[in-house]
Amino acid sequence: MDPILIVVIVAVLLLGLLGFVASTALRGRRGVELEPPSAKGKAGLDTPTRVPDDISDLDTLEAPPDVVPPSFRERIAKARAAVSGYLGSILSRTNLDQETWDELEEALIRADVGVETTTDLLTSVRAQVDDANITETAEMLEVLKAEMKQRMQGDRTLHLTKGDGISVWLFVGVNGVGKTTTIGKLSKREGDAGTKITLAAGDTFRAAAAEQLETWAERSNADFVRGEEGGDPASVIFDSIAKAKANGSSLVLADTAGRLHTKSNLMDELSKVRRVADKDPGDVSEVLLVMDATTGQNGMQQALQFTEAVDVTGVVLTKLDGSAKGGIVLAIHDRLGIPVKLVGLGEQIEDLIEFNPDEFVEAMFSE
Amino acid sequence: MFESLTDRFESIFSGIRGRGKLSEAEVDEVLKEIRLALLEADVNFTVVKNLQGRIRERCVGEELSGALNPEQQIVKIVNEELTESLGGESFTLSFNPKPPTVILMAGLQGSGKTTNSAKLARWAKSKGRNPMMIGCDLQRPAAVEQLRTLAAQLNVPVFSEPTTPVEVAADARQVAKNVGRDVIIVDTAGRLAIDEELMEEVRQISEVVQPDYTFLVVDAMTGQDAVTVAENFHATLELDGVILTKLDGDARGGAALSVKEVVGRPIAFASTGEKLEDFDIFHPDRLASRILGMGDMLTLIEKAEEAFEADEAEAAAEKLLEGKFTLDDFLDQMQQIKKMGPLGGLISMLPGVPKEVRDVEIEDKEINRIEAMIRSMTLQERAEPDIIDAQRRARIAQGSGTNPNDIDNLVKQFSQMQSMMKKMGLGQAGGGKSRKKKGKKGKKGRGGGRTTAKGGVKPQKFDIAELQRELGIPVEGEEDGGGDAGGGLALPR
Repeated sequence: MDPILIVVIVAVLLLGLLGFVASTALRGRRGVELEPPSAKGKAGLDTPTRVPDDISDLDTLEAPPDVVPPSFRERIAKARAAVSGYLGSILSRTNLDQETWDELEEALIRADVGVETTTDLLTSVRAQVDDANITETAEMLEVLKAEMKQRMQGDRTLHLTKGDGISVWLFVGVNGVGKTTTIGKLSKREGDAGTKITLAAGDTFRAAAAEQLETWAERSNADFVRGEEGGDPASVIFDSIAKAKANGSSLVLADTAGRLHTKSNLMDELSKVRRVADKDPGDVSEVLLVMDATTGQNGMQQALQFTEAVDVTGVVLTKLDGSAKGGIVLAIHDRLGIPVKLVGLGEQIEDLIEFNPDEFVEAMFSE
Repeated sequence: MFESLTDRFESIFSGIRGRGKLSEAEVDEVLKEIRLALLEADVNFTVVKNLQGRIRERCVGEELSGALNPEQQIVKIVNEELTESLGGESFTLSFNPKPPTVILMAGLQGSGKTTNSAKLARWAKSKGRNPMMIGCDLQRPAAVEQLRTLAAQLNVPVFSEPTTPVEVAADARQVAKNVGRDVIIVDTAGRLAIDEELMEEVRQISEVVQPDYTFLVVDAMTGQDAVTVAENFHATLELDGVILTKLDGDARGGAALSVKEVVGRPIAFASTGEKLEDFDIFHPDRLASRILGMGDMLTLIEKAEEAFEADEAEAAAEKLLEGKFTLDDFLDQMQQIKKMGPLGGLISMLPGVPKEVRDVEIEDKEINRIEAMIRSMTLQERAEPDIIDAQRRARIAQGSGTNPNDIDNLVKQFSQMQSMMKKMGLGQAGGGKSRKKKGKKGKKGRGGGRTTAKGGVKPQKFDIAELQRELGIPVEGEEDGGGDAGGGLALPR
């Protein structure tokens, strides 16, 4: 049997079938209230096979964190010392020639900024450089930095709901980016600042995800709500809002299971979680997309898909203390207008800090 | 956002079709697009540069054979270069004749080590081995618990103690011996490649377990940094291969290519889903197509070959080409397709499918609905859907628990598909008599000698090459050098 014939049949049948199924599926998606995705079916096989979200060393938390939180630049510079800065070497050139531009392009692409944003950025810088008759590399770099910083300006506040509703911060992202750890650190931080917090273990898929969050709840003295393993995440969030209301806590940090943005049923599930969390007295005031600094160009797709599903309000960039530069967030901010709000620079609790575009850009250029 | 390389070429080549050679300027234009495609797929900058050089060399002055148009020729070159870079051969894991075979898993945080330890254990088990897993990730709370949960599903033992990772590792061989296990999979904590302390720890673990294989677990979504990570891990551990995870997303996985190119170690396994069985030996040639956005036809073919009954498929194909394919046949073929696995997965392998469509999660429930609709039709209705009027529609809808609109849609889609097939089948061998023969020839000669269609005005209309072009797959050159446009699919031989 000639395999080609099979392929023809398959291709045609699939395509035909696809046209039909896709159109109905798309129609269904636009429906007002979707059926709750079948959590039962998923749970059996998927629960334990999910990739670990998270990697924190809880023991280290016991060390009293009375150290002064290191600055973004110090932290990042320490990490960067291990790898040579691509951009630093450009500084050694004095003349602004084509080669310098090429090197700059290379440096930005290597930092995962992406070709499109890099080209756009450099076109703009070139125009400015020409206008101002700049001939020195150092000067040009200042223009570039300014341009990059300017493109990353945005609202970085973590918003709380006004009035007496319960604020819900929803944490979403693909598998293994560090959602649970981020929530743990943030819970400790906000708790120390005097906010009464409830943690919602919305990751009902991954085995032991709830236990992990519970440990954080204990450490940060927060209330904790979990559901059954494999249960409906929306109902866990709903319960946690009710508990927050009853116990007088004003902020719910809601964990969700990691999911690839291409799985539309899981994304639908997430939309439902958000809708449920938004019901009185809950008010989703932040939806934070947690992203790993090693993420490449696929990060753009993640941002697009998650925004479409749950209207992301900010990015948390984790694991920036490695050798990855996390340049994709520049592209995301530039093209989608989603600001980075928090940065993870290590496993200690004080390593989750506010994002600072100036220092992020400077760090990119430091050796 | 991503477009396939073939799409990119479209604009460049539209003006220069039919020419025998590409000028250097044209080649440079093409190379720019190739570069863009590779960088967007997260192939490392240095690797892209090298590839570009090699591709350039082959493109400049390349005689473009008449049977192919230039873009196909170049896509073919690029594809070949990528495949070669990825390492032509699939990885083979040979179990140590003196058991146990020890496998060490290392990687960054969140890359999927624990899950893939379990997947590897399942794989080893499927090869008739008795694996056990060692939980050396004592850092992340509940990591060992997670490993145990997974292991329980597989009925595989886990060994771990709350001591230190190195101590646990040191006992691994003895424990395995005691419980009679011949494959040991050591799961370690995630660590940054630049964290000297933790890298030293994993080096010690490696020293005490003396692994036969050390795998680096790499997330398919990783960007440019993948190379740095791999180099550092390789310097510490001497990697044997890479396990590429989360390939079920839409990441192109260029990082894997970079790692192979820079570290010189193959991608051994790939993980393509959340289930434990979504894991297998990696096929380098298939990633090349993926990086280029050309779908994964080879896997599709393989799956098709497994699932389809040769005779049935051939009969169905003939009917298809004659335009005599009925809803009943469709139903039959759908059963076959179901054997190939979830439809969503199959569609993602098809090249040229728009992303929005590809990402629609298709549940088997949907297929069942379609089936129900067809089954609610009379045989006559299945053969001649045109006779379905409002009354029949209502009846079918009721019978299948759907609504009349759905029935209408199905019939419309089906007739569109049918006319598409008719068009393809048109012009081949005039009438119906030589069809059988043609089928056989197709097997051997791949279109060679098919030129003598009645009238002989046009080359074959039904032409796999045509379909391939439509689907964006490079068309392999004709072996027999036949002048007509018949091409063949690049099949693994």
